[in-house]
Amino acid sequence: MSGTSTYVPKSALGRWFESRLPILSLVHSSFIAYPVPRNINYLWAFGAILAFMLVAQIVTGVVLAMHYVPSAAMAFASVDHIMRDVNYGWLIRYLHTNGASLFFFAVYVHMFRGIYYGSYKAPREVLWILGVIIYLLMMATAFMGYVLPWGSMSFAGATVITNLFTAIPLVGVGVSHWLWGGYAVGDPTLNRFYSLHYLLPFMIVGVVGLHVWALHVTGQNNPDGVEVENVERDTMAFTPYATIKDVFALSVFLIVYAWFVFYIPNYLLDADNSVMANPLVTPAHIVPEWYLLPFYAILRAIPNKLVGVVALFAAIALLAFLPWLDTSPVKSAKYRPMFRFFFWVFVVCCVGLGYLGSQEVSDGTTLAARILALGYFGFLVVVLPLLGLIEKTKPMPASIADAVLAKKGLASAPPVAS
Amino acid sequence: MGEHLSSAAIENPDRRDFLFIATGAVAAVGVGAVAWPLIDQMNPDASTLALASIEVDIGAIPEGQIVTVKWRGGPVFIRHRTKKEIDEAVNTPLSELKDPQTDAQRVKVPEWLIVIGVCTHLGCVPLGHEGQYDGWKCPCHGSVYDTSGRIRQGPAPLNLFVPEYAFLSATKVKIG
Repeated sequence: MSGTSTYVPKSALGRWFESRLPILSLVHSSFIAYPVPRNINYLWAFGAILAFMLVAQIVTGVVLAMHYVPSAAMAFASVDHIMRDVNYGWLIRYLHTNGASLFFFAVYVHMFRGIYYGSYKAPREVLWILGVIIYLLMMATAFMGYVLPWGSMSFAGATVITNLFTAIPLVGVGVSHWLWGGYAVGDPTLNRFYSLHYLLPFMIVGVVGLHVWALHVTGQNNPDGVEVENVERDTMAFTPYATIKDVFALSVFLIVYAWFVFYIPNYLLDADNSVMANPLVTPAHIVPEWYLLPFYAILRAIPNKLVGVVALFAAIALLAFLPWLDTSPVKSAKYRPMFRFFFWVFVVCCVGLGYLGSQEVSDGTTLAARILALGYFGFLVVVLPLLGLIEKTKPMPASIADAVLAKKGLASAPPVAS
Repeated sequence: MGEHLSSAAIENPDRRDFLFIATGAVAAVGVGAVAWPLIDQMNPDASTLALASIEVDIGAIPEGQIVTVKWRGGPVFIRHRTKKEIDEAVNTPLSELKDPQTDAQRVKVPEWLIVIGVCTHLGCVPLGHEGQYDGWKCPCHGSVYDTSGRIRQGPAPLNLFVPEYAFLSATKVKIG
């Protein structure tokens, strides 16, 4: 898709710079002239929303780091200090804590959109895998960030997650001591999590760069899942069309973000985290943040420690293999009636697991979590490979332009003037 | 590396081949020598290792009570067991246990059970006098331990660990 730009800077200075570092034409071809399929819907705006949220988290995070103290003795008090004493500290912290949730909400919409429209299929496998890596880095970053306020839920979360590694035979306990820098979660653990919580977002920025690069090599997928045949007929210029659409979607998203920050800033936080960490007491009912609940439910559903931990990691790692687990050549669920049904079953399994992860353990919730976990893994490793063999797909439009015009009741597509 | 060497060179290695392999070997050792300090710095440091043992006065703990003390950053349970609790622990057949150990293997004096207060599942601190075996129950994922700290139910794979300890006198115990 690159090479469509014939950009030449207008000013003499621009041309001087361009012949030494061609960054102006790179920006122009990537974000102005870049051809966008003309049929994409608002679900495609979440890429831009995520880019915004990443920057917002980094900006608010760097500011918080100016006031936060990473020590077991001082961390809890320093967060209180940020909330009470620092100018606008409450705002910046609430933007950061709620921003993490909104960031995950957006990434889940982005991921489910990718699955629904088959965006991971050839030629976008590398693009998808880079996305899974970003998701993993996001979870690691969010987890370590959650430990920093050093509340009792921070401490319990750090303990449970680092103890996952003790399930590894022989070296597990050594690995967890190495992660903790001691025999339990403590001061050294908090310090290193702070260091890594600051580092990982910049690694995410790096992988996002690769993600966008890979996207701009293959071009975007679209709701009909047919590739661009004719740039003139099938696409529009990124600016102004996609830019304006993204800005509008982002504005709506920011209203929701602001509503959380200003009206219900503590809704997603746990009351137990307002109590300082105490290594001798674990809160009665520990739960992770909402965006990790489905994986937590899978962990709890399995009675064997090692198998539970393996299932937890497999639930995430399997996503990277989606391009090969899904054997159907048709991308979009629009033309795959059976896939569309099972996709929604999969969504119900994920949301249901999330709900069960938030509940206290009982025989009923354990049984339900086992059924839903079976649904989760069944979709990925049984349903997707089989559907490609047995599903009868609907006829596909010949091109993106045909799909758009068929919707408007026109038989064939006249060329679009550009 | 192999493809750079012609078959003649493999049969008859010369000085250049030797330098090539020697340089690579030195570089590999150098990378390892630099990597190890960067990895090992995360292991428990000297100040953490120095806190290896504590002494606890157990004279004031009445029968039936569990006291939690902090050792190496985490909890240790010291439980002054009642006659009934001891009998329950001793009379449990090994066939009922997930991680079979007799009570005698886990205590030095039957009245005193000393275990690390960390659930062997994912490290939460279990609650005392809870669960149907009257021992401990973990609030996180529901593992149940008996009056000998042995795992009876739930996802934890092992019994609560017994730390190294010694009775210095009838009322004083050294942990670690």
